[in-house]
Amino acid sequence: MAKKKFVVGCFDDEKVLFPAVKKVRKAGYKIHDVYTPFPIHGLDQAMGLRDTSLHTAGFIYGITGTTTALTFMSWVFNKDWPLNIGGKPHFPLPAFIPITFELTVLFSAVGMVLTFCYLCQLAPFVKKHHFHARATDDLFVMVLECTSRTNEADAKAFLESVGAKEINVQEAEDGWWLGRYAKEQKLYSTPSENSLA
Amino acid sequence: MALLRYESQVREPLVTGAKTYHDVTEDIVRPIEAAPSRLWKIGFTISVLLLLFGVYSVYREVVYGIGEWNLNKTIGWGWDITNFVWWVGIGHAGTLISAILLLFRQGWRTGVNRAAEAMTIFAVMCAGQFPIFHMGRVWMAFFVLPYPNSRGPLWVNFNSPLLWDVFAISTYFTVSLLFWYAGLLPDLATVRDRAKVKWRKNLYGVLSFGWTGSTKHWQRHEALSLVLAGLSTPLVLSVHTIVSFDFATSVIPGWHTTIFPPYFVAGAIFSGFAMVQTLLIITRKVLNLNDYITMEHIEVMNKVIVLTGSIVGIAYITELFISWYGQNPYEMAAFKNRYDLSTPYAWSYWLMMSCNVIAPQFFWFRKLRRNIIFTFFMSIIVNVGMWFERFVIIVTSIYRDYLPSSWSTYYTPSVWEVGFYLGTFGLFFTCFFAFAKYFPVIAIAEIKHILKKNGESYKDNMGEEEKATVEHFTHEHAHH
Repeated sequence: MAKKKFVVGCFDDEKVLFPAVKKVRKAGYKIHDVYTPFPIHGLDQAMGLRDTSLHTAGFIYGITGTTTALTFMSWVFNKDWPLNIGGKPHFPLPAFIPITFELTVLFSAVGMVLTFCYLCQLAPFVKKHHFHARATDDLFVMVLECTSRTNEADAKAFLESVGAKEINVQEAEDGWWLGRYAKEQKLYSTPSENSLA
Repeated sequence: MALLRYESQVREPLVTGAKTYHDVTEDIVRPIEAAPSRLWKIGFTISVLLLLFGVYSVYREVVYGIGEWNLNKTIGWGWDITNFVWWVGIGHAGTLISAILLLFRQGWRTGVNRAAEAMTIFAVMCAGQFPIFHMGRVWMAFFVLPYPNSRGPLWVNFNSPLLWDVFAISTYFTVSLLFWYAGLLPDLATVRDRAKVKWRKNLYGVLSFGWTGSTKHWQRHEALSLVLAGLSTPLVLSVHTIVSFDFATSVIPGWHTTIFPPYFVAGAIFSGFAMVQTLLIITRKVLNLNDYITMEHIEVMNKVIVLTGSIVGIAYITELFISWYGQNPYEMAAFKNRYDLSTPYAWSYWLMMSCNVIAPQFFWFRKLRRNIIFTFFMSIIVNVGMWFERFVIIVTSIYRDYLPSSWSTYYTPSVWEVGFYLGTFGLFFTCFFAFAKYFPVIAIAEIKHILKKNGESYKDNMGEEEKATVEHFTHEHAHH
């Protein structure tokens, strides 16, 4: 991971953000990401992101749980130690259903959460660069990645023309790191101070 | 997507006051940043003391054995399993609110889901203690797990509902915890990014897993929440169904009935909502969150209470009817032991009936549904009633078995039995107080998500929207 240069534009209304995303993409700028304080339905499509496959992963984990439970219980009761429990059958499918169901749910849920954390690179002690401290409060922060052909001044002017309230250029780590936040990263500022992080 | 949703003017706003996104953050995070109040300190101290008394009671039981409890020849389950079922039931409301209402697209769940889910987790933690310590030799508790052992390996009995319980409760706890924490991540990041002191920034930095609010992450987060809700919905129904199997699959008259699973699930939701009311009425007052947990929320939950309370009432009456209709002398005797006023435990049956079936009927009146004091009082009544329901099912069904010579004398719990129960209250409230102080008790991101549709200041503009054509409305609100 290396440091990259980004042009950052902050919006204070999602109604302004939506057309802005469309215009910015149309103008050919590369949107690194848009950071929002809450999920905004349709923003992923507007940004051209593909739909997530997390559901499919969940389904696969689920059927893994189902087969694990069924094969394990059948193996125990029929192969490993066919214990006679009050003359009951050795493959009592109805009696296997509760545990099979529970393991299906357990595998699916645990698997999905771990996959989610892996895909989003989330874990305790993981640090990432925050382009604006209020991105988790009330600002919608659009980050454009600067390529060799990007003119910073043009990009800033364009962001302003589509309605961004605060615009700045940041050089930041693209990925995550462990340990402390960068020293120069300021602690939270109240909206009235309007300072740039 | 589900954005194209018509919001009725008639429906009350879910967030009152003219709030901006920043106000929402402020209101919910402020209690975390402020020093704990005196009231909080007192409450927390009492909870910890109760917990310590519980720990000592359990210590007695572990060292001297189950004999520390007043269980006897026929009453093998007594208070212990009563408390287990009661706590598990309480947990169910949290999952109902967080999962089932999410699938039903009930916007009002957003104000209360976080605290209700926390309640679920703590209640299941409390519930788990009872069967574990009821084992007597608790250091052998791991025997319930099917692991390769040196005794054969001798496996557990997969036919046994008690083993199903092990899987159901542990899965329920794990999934609830994951669901809750996944929802907390963005809000913990909000606390982190607002932190003005180093330790808080670092603490919440670790807790929030480095959440940034990236659009892709939100997309996955939404998918995760939806699927976890889809999984939790049948899960929560299965948990209390399996708990009811502990009884229903036995051949004890009074337990051996097919009505148990739906009856237990309805009762669980009933008692759970009562506990949510108890906790939230206090929380909204102490943390000053009346704008987020509104009268509307309280009224809606009271409607759920009257519905589930009536379902439970029908179940009680059905049980009586079937015992007569079946003409099985043992079954009829078991129920006579409950309702006949001349029997030793009739008082508990009628207490249960009055608390669970008669009392909630007051909630047919709108005035009473919207009365905070009355709701709080009723929430306690319902929880007392639901505790007695489990007591009635367990104790009155087994205190007189087939052999009159072993009919037990009147069962009263020992101080350590009661102490164990009080101890779980201590555990529950210690956890809840800590949660209310250090975590956002309301899902901040979710409130912001509904703010423009269900917030008071935004609802005022709905009149304008109504005049617009469908094309215009689609253009404005469906962003693709």
